[in-house]
Amino acid sequence: MTVNTMMNAAEMEAIAARHPHLIHGSSRKRIRSALIFAGIALYMIYSWWFFSIGQVLVNANWGIAGTYLADWVSYEVRPDIKIAPDGAMQVVYPRFSPLGPDAKPEWVKIETRMVERAIDAPAAKQQALPTKSSTFSFMAPKSAVGRSAEAEVKPERRTEEVVSRATVNYNRTTSIDVADRMVTATHNGETLLIDLDPASGVRPEGALPDWATQKRPGEKITLAFGMTGWADVDVGKISIHNRFPGWANFIFDTSSPFFNKSFGEVAGLIFAGERLDPARSNLSLAWSNILYNAEWQHLDVWTKLLQTIVMAFVGTLFASIVAFPLCFLAARNITRNGVLNQVTKRFFDFLRSVDMLIWALFFTRAFGPGPLAGMSAIFFTDTGTLGKLYSEALENIDDKQREGVKSVGATPLAVQRFGVLPQVLPVFASQALYFWESNTRSATIIGAVGAGGIGLKLWEAMRTNSDWENVCYMVILILVVVFIFDSVSNLLRSRLMGQKTH
Amino acid sequence: MGMMPLKPPRFAGDAMATSALSPTLSDNGALVERHWQELNLRRRTYTFIGLALLAMALSGCLWFANETNAGKFFDRLPYVFDFVGDLVPRDGAEIVRAMFDLPSPYDDGSLKYNYPEGRIYLAGAIYVPEYFYKMLETLNIAIFSTIFGLFFGFLLCFLAARNLMPNPWVRGLVRRFMEILRAFPEVVIAGFFLAVLSLGPIPAMIAVSIHTIGALGKLFFEVVENADMRPDEGLRAAGGNWIERVWFGIVPQVLPNFMSYALLRLEINVRSSSIIGAVGGGGIGEPLRLSIGQGHEAKTLAIIILLFSTIIAVDHFSAWLRRRLVGDQAFRLAQ
Repeated sequence: MTVNTMMNAAEMEAIAARHPHLIHGSSRKRIRSALIFAGIALYMIYSWWFFSIGQVLVNANWGIAGTYLADWVSYEVRPDIKIAPDGAMQVVYPRFSPLGPDAKPEWVKIETRMVERAIDAPAAKQQALPTKSSTFSFMAPKSAVGRSAEAEVKPERRTEEVVSRATVNYNRTTSIDVADRMVTATHNGETLLIDLDPASGVRPEGALPDWATQKRPGEKITLAFGMTGWADVDVGKISIHNRFPGWANFIFDTSSPFFNKSFGEVAGLIFAGERLDPARSNLSLAWSNILYNAEWQHLDVWTKLLQTIVMAFVGTLFASIVAFPLCFLAARNITRNGVLNQVTKRFFDFLRSVDMLIWALFFTRAFGPGPLAGMSAIFFTDTGTLGKLYSEALENIDDKQREGVKSVGATPLAVQRFGVLPQVLPVFASQALYFWESNTRSATIIGAVGAGGIGLKLWEAMRTNSDWENVCYMVILILVVVFIFDSVSNLLRSRLMGQKTH
Repeated sequence: MGMMPLKPPRFAGDAMATSALSPTLSDNGALVERHWQELNLRRRTYTFIGLALLAMALSGCLWFANETNAGKFFDRLPYVFDFVGDLVPRDGAEIVRAMFDLPSPYDDGSLKYNYPEGRIYLAGAIYVPEYFYKMLETLNIAIFSTIFGLFFGFLLCFLAARNLMPNPWVRGLVRRFMEILRAFPEVVIAGFFLAVLSLGPIPAMIAVSIHTIGALGKLFFEVVENADMRPDEGLRAAGGNWIERVWFGIVPQVLPNFMSYALLRLEINVRSSSIIGAVGGGGIGEPLRLSIGQGHEAKTLAIIILLFSTIIAVDHFSAWLRRRLVGDQAFRLAQ
């Protein structure tokens, strides 16, 4: 026999009328939650105003954010094509180019020819001149006119090999070609011709495509090719920025003898090649070249990372060792002395409430920058936190075990050892592990104020705004360490606590 | 590492078997006794090995830390409490003057006594003392990022909970995402946005918010996984869709715990926003770092007192509110 459980509308309304408080809820409660939401919304609006968030977000330089983000995982090669007033060209790489001192990349094609040029001053004289303007202007005869110091300088004629045509191929669809004061830029099938005239400046032929910008007629034109790179075209100089994915010179820097060699070549040199440095084997040379890589500073980064790990480990370990005896004094069911309980507890509160930042700043002044400062800061703060948690754990223990041990006439120490400790030790160890793990994270931050570890190195790399790839490297290392510690501590804790959910 | 000593020891048998009971044992009893002794010996050996390893690691770490530190531990030990000297102002009233930006009688034009210069005028002669303003800024950074993190952690946690999101790909993706948010160093986020947004508190807010989303999201989805699923079953039987099931079945039971975790997070965020402030993120951290570095005792002490009392006030407020929300239920501190 089936019972019809469906209700008709009238029955439902009758139930609603009998139990209005179940259907509608109490109006007080609803008003309260509405008030809380309104309060939070008002607070957010107030903060928006207090920090003028909208204005800051609008004024932010979002264009540069993209470049910085791209720098995390790619690098730029920046050759300059310089054009002297007599039309002779030169392709110059900056001093610390990732391609090394004498680079001949395939993507820059150069045609040369011999010309006779007038050079106004010998090299020694050029350096003695005040270096107010860029190096380029020293090659310009005009800049020397009218200077008394130039009286002795005789223009010299000499035959030189100069670049007559330079072609930069960014990728298959993007290239820049420079010859005879004429720049031909091609991007995605569109071609832009730019005339570089020393008298009238930079003049594009025809309308600018949307990847080219020029602020005022005659001024430089910026060509943006997205992730492939960009270029600045000016009368005397074309700055090329060609972006490549990956990290440049991650293993060997440009000063290393192993630079720019394939893996096979390096392996061959290490295992069978002749000694590059007579004093030591190629293997140790390669290893020290890796460790002291000038751009990536592997040894320094690893040392600083180890410092961070050590700071967290020693700080937490000492904190738990010191908090362990103190928590017995703070727990009111163990030490039946109200004054002593309160004093110890307030001491814990004091250590905890003086921020880790304050401890870090003080100990940095005491020990000098380094892991000792960070270690002490973590130790002081966590003695307070762990002491508080430990004494709370002690106050929640089951008294039956203690009574049992006491009843057979055990000494007070044996009561603690056999009646209390077995209950709380897993909790204590689990808390200490949890703080070890979370301190590994916070040690990074206090490092930035000088308390040792990788924090300061990260901060310095970010300050320059040009080493974002190093930041990425360090962040990856930190993430790996944190994840490893996370899982180790989780594993240990779940074994300690048994199947209990914590 | 130290696994064995933590097992509950089977002491009672030992202590009493040897003292209270006579040593005359049957053959079986002797066998059991011998096995137990062997086990005990093995456990002790493991404990000893574990402790020895720990001691070795510790001494290695200490040596390494000392080697790579700028000052050596024993050379610097006599100077450790020098900072107490940094905290003794010329006279007690200086602290009050530094805190409330009142003019100092010792003012010699140096940065040390220029308290009134920090005043932030609201209208006419009414001003907010500099350090109160900075403290308020730090506090606001913490509250704003907690609310922000609460909101997004709330949205994400239901997608990461096993009982509400049966699809393991979505769940895993959301969990990994939250793990990365949590583990990503705050300093890097703050530094990146400092480069983009220029100086001010907003980089710190973004950094702390992002970390909070990850941290709260993790705690939240653990709460959701422990929730009672009967209301959810009821709603499912009545034909509720996923959002209705979450909103009417799960949210009412987990909300008090969520709020309690968010309040705990607020306590942590006040601390971390003061640290981020010290590296350029706005708020009280920067004046503190500067005044300790320059040895301005009165200013340092004024800031420390402000920071200390703010942290205690926030801790107590949050403890009181948590007790009202979830009763005396104990919570672990989560960072």
